[in-house]
Amino acid sequence: MLELKAINAGYGNVQVLRNLSLTAKPGQVTCVMGRNGAGKTTMLRTIMGQVQAQAGSITLNNTPLHGLPAHEVPRHGIGYVPQGRRLFGELTVAQNIEIGLMTRHKTAKTRDYVLSLFPRLRERLAQRSSTLSGGEQQMLAIARALCLEPAVLLLDEPTEGLQPSMITLIRETLLTLKATGVATILVEQRVDAVLSMANQIAFVSNGTVAETLENTNLTPATPQFQTYVGI
Amino acid sequence: MTRALALHLGVIAALFAAQYLLPSYHQTNIARIMVLAVFAMGYNIAFGYTGLLSLGHALFFAAGLYATGLGIELAGLSAAPALLLGLIAGGAIAAATGVLALRTSGVSFMIVTLMFAQTGYLTILYFGTYTRGDEGIVINRAARAIGSLDLSADTPRYFAALTLFAIALLINLMLTRSRLGRSMIAMRENEQRSRMLGYNPFRVKLIALVISGLYAGAAGAAYGVLFGYVGASFATIQYSILPLLYVLLGGAGTTLGPFLGALIMFYLIDISSGYTTAHLFVVGAALLVLVLFAPKGILGTLRERAVKWLP
Repeated sequence: MLELKAINAGYGNVQVLRNLSLTAKPGQVTCVMGRNGAGKTTMLRTIMGQVQAQAGSITLNNTPLHGLPAHEVPRHGIGYVPQGRRLFGELTVAQNIEIGLMTRHKTAKTRDYVLSLFPRLRERLAQRSSTLSGGEQQMLAIARALCLEPAVLLLDEPTEGLQPSMITLIRETLLTLKATGVATILVEQRVDAVLSMANQIAFVSNGTVAETLENTNLTPATPQFQTYVGI
Repeated sequence: MTRALALHLGVIAALFAAQYLLPSYHQTNIARIMVLAVFAMGYNIAFGYTGLLSLGHALFFAAGLYATGLGIELAGLSAAPALLLGLIAGGAIAAATGVLALRTSGVSFMIVTLMFAQTGYLTILYFGTYTRGDEGIVINRAARAIGSLDLSADTPRYFAALTLFAIALLINLMLTRSRLGRSMIAMRENEQRSRMLGYNPFRVKLIALVISGLYAGAAGAAYGVLFGYVGASFATIQYSILPLLYVLLGGAGTTLGPFLGALIMFYLIDISSGYTTAHLFVVGAALLVLVLFAPKGILGTLRERAVKWLP
């Protein structure tokens, strides 16, 4: 279980996260929603050690992650799919996957599992990743993160700018992962996607989790979507 | 892998056969080119694979050259341990430089490595009592032998250069296929993204620079023993820029590019200098054509357009 307790973080003198607390449990999807600039991406970057927490704690199964150098966080089993995918564009699909596998010394078994989730990538192993479609690039970004066999998967708006069929595919994949016990923190702005996947929804406002709802009987008309996201 | 290995073994075999076909002048040239290609392969590991644009590699080459030369001249070592000393010196100086210079990146890294190399050059001049400054050291023929093998003679020299080249090339090929090689490429592509996936950029870059330094040190050491001269001119910025040009010409991030680049550049200078004193103008024009029509170098462009499996 990933726990964030009373996190303060920011960039230089600008504080973005204020006393933010959040929990991601195995086999559950925690969706994070909020307006632009609320601190959603900063929260993910803080978990990944790319932004150092100024106060509070981040633990994975009681192992502290805060204060670790950014390159050590993924080795603890945290996969990150950032906004914009951030692939190695000059490298092929196979090489991108291989680089993902190497971090935690994963083998062909992991590779095969990951490719079974995204059969389309298997057909494009020799293709340079920058030449893939947006949806395929997103698949590859998720596949690369899954090569770590993560206990926790962080995704920053994975459906942004994708066509409906790709969104469906990614949603189904995340549901499959959820069934395998992966804890997922999903930053997402699409209410329909959130309602179809989330166990909990954390609404972030002004750098803190203002309200958390269990996803039972929620609808797009639930007032918190209007209050915190403006939808 | 089989195709790639066959290609590399084919190149080594062709160079082996060339020693029986080439006249003495060209045999010496090719021996020199093979040693310089090892230097360029080392540069390629730092620049072509890891993205470290260094202007300080003359320091690593000179470290190997002087460690070997001074080892023979001052410490009375024989050629074999002196060569080993040169190899170690290249790696050690690269490690020391890397620990400091890798705190910077991009243009700053270029300038810091250039400063280290200039410091090395000035140090050689400062300690002229031992290094004989600009004049340099001529290693006597008797010291340039391993056992009964006289490395100052054409054929043994060619064979020694080929042996070094073959070992360096095959290690380079293995490196590109290894986990380390892949992580170096990831670093070149994007350091931030690599870190996000759990790679320690400093560690990977330092290892790459040390391997690069070992190559440069080995080349410098071999150059001293095979050609018998150790001079401060090898520590000047020209010897930092030359491997960069070889790599750019042959193809950065390709295993055979450094050799091809060194071969073409060497003969371009050799032939054009026979016609004009402005031979560097010819080199400049050739590089201009390259940048315009094959910006990834000869083998880089070939790999992109036709031979995808080229390592």
